[in-house]
Amino acid sequence: MPYLVHAADDREQMLDALGVRSVDDLLVDIPASIRTHELDLPEGLSEQETMRCVRELAGRNRVFEDRLWFRGGGVYRRFIPAAVAAVTSKPEFYTAYTPYQPEASQGTLQAIFEFQTLIAELTGMDVANASLYDGATALAEAAMMAVVDTGRQKVVVAGHLHPEYVEVLRCFADGRGFDVRVGVEHVATDTAAVLFQQPNFLGLFEDASGLTELAHRSGALSVATVDPISLGLIAPPGEYDADIAVGEGQQLGLPPSFGGPHVGFIACRRDLMRRLPGRLVGSTVDASGRRGFVLTLTAREQHIRRAKATSNICTNHSLCALAASVYLTYMGPEGLRQIADVSYQRAHVLAEQLSAIPGVELAFPDRQFLNEFPVRMFHVEQSLTRLRDAGILGGLPVGRWYPELDGVVVFCCTEVNDPDAIQTLVGVLSESGVAAQVPTTSGRSSEGGQGGQG
Amino acid sequence: MTEPLSFEMSRASLPPPRLPVAGVRSNSQLPDELRRRREPALPRLSEPEIMRHYSRLASLNYSISEQFYPLGSCTMKYNPVANEEAARFDGFAGLHPYQDDDTVQGALELMWRLEQSLAEIVGVDRITLQPAAGAHGEWTALRMIQAYHRSRGEHRTEVIVPDSAHGTNPASAALSGFTVVEVRSGADGRVDVGDLDAKLSTRVAALMLTNPNTLGLFERQILDVAEMVHATGAKLYYDGANLNALMGICRPGDMGFDAVHLNLHKTFTTPHGGGGPGAGPVGVKAELVPFLPRPTVERDDGRFRLDYDRPRSIGRVRSFYGNFGMLVRAFTYILAMGGDGLTQASKDAVLAANYVRESLEGWLEVPHRGPCMHEFVASARNLGADGVKALDVAKGLLERGFYAPTVYFPLIVPEAVMIEPTETESKATLDAFVDALREIVELARNDPEELRAEPRSLPVGRLDEVSAARNPVLRWSPD
Repeated sequence: MPYLVHAADDREQMLDALGVRSVDDLLVDIPASIRTHELDLPEGLSEQETMRCVRELAGRNRVFEDRLWFRGGGVYRRFIPAAVAAVTSKPEFYTAYTPYQPEASQGTLQAIFEFQTLIAELTGMDVANASLYDGATALAEAAMMAVVDTGRQKVVVAGHLHPEYVEVLRCFADGRGFDVRVGVEHVATDTAAVLFQQPNFLGLFEDASGLTELAHRSGALSVATVDPISLGLIAPPGEYDADIAVGEGQQLGLPPSFGGPHVGFIACRRDLMRRLPGRLVGSTVDASGRRGFVLTLTAREQHIRRAKATSNICTNHSLCALAASVYLTYMGPEGLRQIADVSYQRAHVLAEQLSAIPGVELAFPDRQFLNEFPVRMFHVEQSLTRLRDAGILGGLPVGRWYPELDGVVVFCCTEVNDPDAIQTLVGVLSESGVAAQVPTTSGRSSEGGQGGQG
Repeated sequence: MTEPLSFEMSRASLPPPRLPVAGVRSNSQLPDELRRRREPALPRLSEPEIMRHYSRLASLNYSISEQFYPLGSCTMKYNPVANEEAARFDGFAGLHPYQDDDTVQGALELMWRLEQSLAEIVGVDRITLQPAAGAHGEWTALRMIQAYHRSRGEHRTEVIVPDSAHGTNPASAALSGFTVVEVRSGADGRVDVGDLDAKLSTRVAALMLTNPNTLGLFERQILDVAEMVHATGAKLYYDGANLNALMGICRPGDMGFDAVHLNLHKTFTTPHGGGGPGAGPVGVKAELVPFLPRPTVERDDGRFRLDYDRPRSIGRVRSFYGNFGMLVRAFTYILAMGGDGLTQASKDAVLAANYVRESLEGWLEVPHRGPCMHEFVASARNLGADGVKALDVAKGLLERGFYAPTVYFPLIVPEAVMIEPTETESKATLDAFVDALREIVELARNDPEELRAEPRSLPVGRLDEVSAARNPVLRWSPD
C-alpha cells in the first residue's frame, strides 16, 4: 500500500515487543458494537491509476487562457514569477510544522517576519500578523478587534464591500453577538467600526479619507479592505489614518485555484497590536547574542488563553504568505507600481473601447476606478456566452448580489491582458451585436446571471 | 548560521525586474489625491539573490521531508508528492471560482466525491468543505449547533469542554458567544462521567470531545456519554484532531457524535506548510444538515451544481468554496489508499504509538495505563529532581536530529511530553528516536547542565522569548 513503511516482519517485531498478537488486541477500549467492519470505499490504486483518475477530473474543467480572463471579483489572473513556486515547493518549507520550536524553524520564522514587514510597509501600518485564512475572515477578525477595542456592538459596512466578505462577517457577528448594518447613514456614537473596501467590489474608488474621518468623528475604528497590488500606486490605509487594514493576498503569486487556498492579511496601528488575532513573529537573541525569531505575544492566543483568546485561529496560511513574500521581494516597489500602472492603463483603454460599443455604457461614468469597472449592457447572459464560445472569460455579472445592479457586469484588466487580448474581447462583443439588440421583453436584463445567490 | 533579512540586503540602485509595458495609452490619469505619497520600503533584490536567500532560509528548517516529527495531536505524516502534482494541474489551479457550473464539472465532482468518502469514513450524512482549518471547522460546527437550537426556540448558552481539550475548543466556543464550562478528567484519563452529569443541563448546547482524547486514550464510555448528552437535548461535537487512530476501525458518527470536524492536513496528508494552509471540513448528522454553510455541491442527474438556495444555512464561513487545492490533495490521497489502505494506516499508527510507549517504559513516566491509540502522553516529571523539564527534553531531541514532541499539553499532565509517531515512520526511525530519548534521560541524570544548554548545533541556541514578548519587535524598520 502506498505511503506505508512497514514490512510484515516489522509489524510482527513490534507486536512481539508489546506481547500482543494483533493490533486488535490494542483496541480493547473500543466497544465491539461500534467497531467498523469495512469502509465502503474502493480499494486503493496505483499511483499511475490514481493520477489518471485525478487528471481526468481536471480535464473536465474549462481553463481559460490567462490573457483572455477579464473576470475578477476577488480572484485575479496575474503573472507569477517562476521564483514563487520554486520557493514554495521546497519541502523544507511546505512540509514543516507551525514553528513552535524556534531553534529548528528559523527559516519559516524569518520568512514570516519578512512577510509581516512587507505587509506593514505595503499598507502603511505599524504591524501586521503572520497571515489569516482569506480576505473575508480577515475582515471579520478586524471587526471583532474593533468590537472588543471600543466596547461597542455594531459595525457599519460602507459602500460596495465584497458581498461574500459581508456574508462571512454576518456569520461571525451572529455568533459573537454584534450587529452588522449596511450604509453610512447607520454610523453613530455606538458604532465600533466603519468597514469599506478600496477600491470597492465594483472596482470603484471610495472616499477612504472621508469614511475614515466619519468613523473617527463617532469614535469608531476605520477598517479598510485593500487590494495589495493597488498599493503599489494608490494611497495605503496608513496614509489616510485607517486603524486596521485587511485584504486578500491571492494576487501576490498565488494561482486562482477555484478560490483557495489564498491568504488573508491584517495590519494595524501599534496600540492595537495586542488585539491582533493569530500568530506574531518577533525578533530576539540567543544566549550568545545571535539574532533569532520566535512566535511571540502568545498570551493572546487560544493555546494559552483558551476561552479568553483574541481569536480561535491556530493553523493559518503560512505557505501562501511565503508565496506573497517571494512575489513582493521579486517585484520590489517599482515593479509593483508598474504592475498596478499597466493594469490601470489597460483597464481604462478597455473601458473606453467597451463604452464605445452601442448598448454598452459605464455604469458609474463619474466614478474613478483602478483596474476593474462596471458596465451596463443588454443581454448579459448571451454576451457572456458569446465571449465564452470565443474562449474569453468575460466580466462578472453582479446582479446576483445587488438587484439594483441587474444588467451590470464588472470587467477586470491586469498585466496579463495584453493589447491584443483587449482587441479580441472588444471585437467579439461589437461584432456579435448582441449587446446592441433592444430586448423584446423588458429593458436591460441579466436574465438571471449565474448561480443566483441569496 | 544566520541569514540577513531581505530588507538588509536591498540595494536602492538595483533596477526593477523587467515587466511588460502597457502598450496602450488611455486618456485617463489617476488623480494625485489617490496616489501613494511614500513608496513602500519593499526590498530590491535580483532573482539570483532572492533564490539564494530563500534556499538558505529553507536550510534552517526542520521539516517532515528530513526529520521525524513526533508531535502529539498534530499527525505529522509523510506528504505524498503525487498530491502536490495533482493540485498543480492547470485544470484545477487555473479555475476562477465564479466560472459557470458547466465549465467546472470536474472540480465540483471532485468536491462531491470527497464529501462522500469523508462522510463514509466518519459516519455522517453531509459534509461542508468550506472551513479553512481545524479551529475554523470547530467554530463552523458550533454555529450550526447554535442555529439548530435557535430554530427550536431554545436559547442554550453553554458549551462543555474537557480539561484535556485543545485550546481551540474553548476559544471556538467563546467566539460563537457561548460560555465555556470545563469538565474534569478522571484518574483513568477519561471524562469524569459524574462531573459531566453535574454540568449537563438544558443550558448546554454541546459537549466538545476528542476521541481518542489528547492523552491518546479511547473514551470507552462514549456511548453512555452520548446518551447523557442527548437526553438533555444537547449535541455531541467531535474534534477530529485525532482521527488518524480510527479510520476503518470506528466512526465518530457511530459513537453518537452529531458534528465532526476533520483536519485534512493531519489525517489526510495535506502538508502543513509551516503553519497552513490546511482544511477543516465539518460533517453533520441529518438534523444539522439544513444549517450547513452555503453553497453545497449537489448532483442532479449526473450533473453537479452549487446550491445557494438553503434558507436555514448559517451563511458563509469564508469566501468561495474552501481551500480547494487542499481538497484535491486529500482526494488524491484517499483514492490511492482506498478503504483498505486507510484502515491499515490507522492500525499502523496505533501500533507505532504503543511500541514507542512500551519502549520508554522506565525511562519517562507514563501516567495513564495503556494500551493507547495513535499517541500517548509521557511526563518528564521524573527528571525534575535533576532540574530538568519537558522543555529540556524537547531541546535535547532537536539536538539529536528529531523534531520535538508536543510539550506542556495537555494541561492536566505536569511536564507533559506528547508523542505521536504516525504510520509513515519506519521501525528503524522509531528505534533511533527511542535511543535518543533514553540518551537524553541519561544525560539529565549525569549532566543536566549540559542538557539545559542544548541545542548547540542548530542555527541558533535557545532564544530569549521573555524579552521578545516584553519589548516586541514585529518588523524590520527602514531607519
